[in-house]
Amino acid sequence: MRTGLVITGLTCALVVAVLISLVLGKYPVGIEDVCGFFLWKVFNAGVNLSIDRQLLENILLNIRLPRIMAAVFVGASLSISGVAFQAMFLNPLVSPGILGVLAGASFGAALGMVLSKSWFFVQASCFVFGFLAVMAAVGVARFYKGNSIILLILGGVISGALFTSLLSIVKYLADPYNQLPAIVYWLMGGLTLVDAGTIRTSAIPVVAGVALVISLSGYLNVLSMGDEEARAMGVPVERIRIILVVITTMLSAITVVLAGMVGWVGLIIPHISRMIVGPDNRVLIPVSALVGALYLVAVDDISRLLFTTEIPLGIITSLVGIPFFAVVLKRAGRGWS
Amino acid sequence: MALMEVRHVTFAYREKPVLKDVSVEVGEGEVVTLLGPNGSGKSTLIKTVIGLIRPGQGTVRLAGRDISSIPQKELARHIAYVPQFHRGAFPYRVLDVILMGRMPHKTFFFRYSQEDIDIARTVMEKLSITHLAGRPYTEISGGERQLTLIARALAQGARIFVMDEPASGLDYGNQLRLLEHITALSCEGYTFIKSTHSPEHALWIAHRAVMIKKGAIIADGRCDDVVNSETLLQLYNIRVNVIRLNGTLRVCVPEMLKDNGAGEGTERPSVFVHRGTLRR
Repeated sequence: MRTGLVITGLTCALVVAVLISLVLGKYPVGIEDVCGFFLWKVFNAGVNLSIDRQLLENILLNIRLPRIMAAVFVGASLSISGVAFQAMFLNPLVSPGILGVLAGASFGAALGMVLSKSWFFVQASCFVFGFLAVMAAVGVARFYKGNSIILLILGGVISGALFTSLLSIVKYLADPYNQLPAIVYWLMGGLTLVDAGTIRTSAIPVVAGVALVISLSGYLNVLSMGDEEARAMGVPVERIRIILVVITTMLSAITVVLAGMVGWVGLIIPHISRMIVGPDNRVLIPVSALVGALYLVAVDDISRLLFTTEIPLGIITSLVGIPFFAVVLKRAGRGWS
Repeated sequence: MALMEVRHVTFAYREKPVLKDVSVEVGEGEVVTLLGPNGSGKSTLIKTVIGLIRPGQGTVRLAGRDISSIPQKELARHIAYVPQFHRGAFPYRVLDVILMGRMPHKTFFFRYSQEDIDIARTVMEKLSITHLAGRPYTEISGGERQLTLIARALAQGARIFVMDEPASGLDYGNQLRLLEHITALSCEGYTFIKSTHSPEHALWIAHRAVMIKKGAIIADGRCDDVVNSETLLQLYNIRVNVIRLNGTLRVCVPEMLKDNGAGEGTERPSVFVHRGTLRR
């Protein structure tokens, strides 16, 4: 009832936000042109448009929509990864980077930029190293003969530290006139470089990943009661946890491929969503996906329009996130004080 | 045939023996209490019984079947684990916590059905905690939380309840209410295996007491036969008299605290008496 209402409301809000974002931009396009264009494109309806169709197609489908979709993907992915990790690790202060995926992916992207001029190579390297970092974290936990939560987190800390220092080495070795600024700019996070091709490639894994996490969200409640209790209730704890770690790693790595480092989303959106619908992960996961998408679409609009030059997205998410987090901390503290 | 059977179970943690050739049988509807000092192996035995720990040697059998051959999910439909009362990291609603008990009845991708919710409501009614359904689990009292965990075990559909020190952390009143609930459920045929630090809890509600020291069973039998000053001295290295009160319950009276002036018959400064009466 209430949750259904919240989800419907948020979905509508997201559609409206996407439409508004399509209107916003340097080149003036009216809302009636945007709606008319999509009516023509989807239903082949005959409509009068005040702008040339070819130009409109270029602006909307090749420039604005990929970027907005990237914001939706990144926001949803980081938020549900955050919720899943917070439940799995029994700690509301955990963020998606806890197992080292963001550090690994950043290193991979930087390495790619130094080694190759091919954009595809950079993206592939980014994705692969995101996975490698998490595998290293899980490997460390396995080495100490445990799949326990604390060992996984320690493994993540070690792996994250390793890849952060490797990133420093790459930065140090990079050509300071072209490569270093590119790496630094990338790490600030932004959707400037998103193109339609990357969005099309990442759409299937992102949608599938989000859907899988939603369908497994019932397990998150039980996992957050602790391993022993979950196992005593017949839950195959290790298997579920590994599946969820693989999916969230994939989602988080894709966010770095699309947008570089976008901080704080995976930490604050779960808390905002929890304030809206409560802690039940079966509802929280889909709601935080929507809230995260909405948030990032809005923040990206600000980043492209606030000043004549773009502000990197990651800077804004941090600037908004930190004070907000300080405010919600009091409420978030309920339950684990 | 016994409902649960622990046969010659040995377990070592990092080469340190924790359980040494332990054998226990539990019949249907029995309330069995494990007594033993800290680190005696009670918790390990409990985890072995619910299949969380696989014994190094020996077997645990449920109705004749080795539990290591029973899939986790199926086992959870027979045996429920009620952990020590805890807070939990997230303030789930009590109803949602109880619904978790339906997990062993669900397929891999699942949604709770109306039937699951009905079952959860029925068990809440049974324990008279229906009014808690929408409250956050982290904000109810310790006693209510323990009842919620028992409700979850009932929703699981299990007939055997394994409880690790269920009374620890509860206030005095809630401890006694918990014992009352356990007694009522055992009358309906539920089987209880629980550990406790209070020998009186064994004396008051358990049919049987099993005493463990340094990983080995030193006594196993009816509480009335087994729990006495000699075995308690052996177990805790402390002198305690077990006294029957007017033909009803038996209580433990520690020897060492007898003469410190707090007991009956000694003169108290009258101011304390005054305060006591004034408050009333």
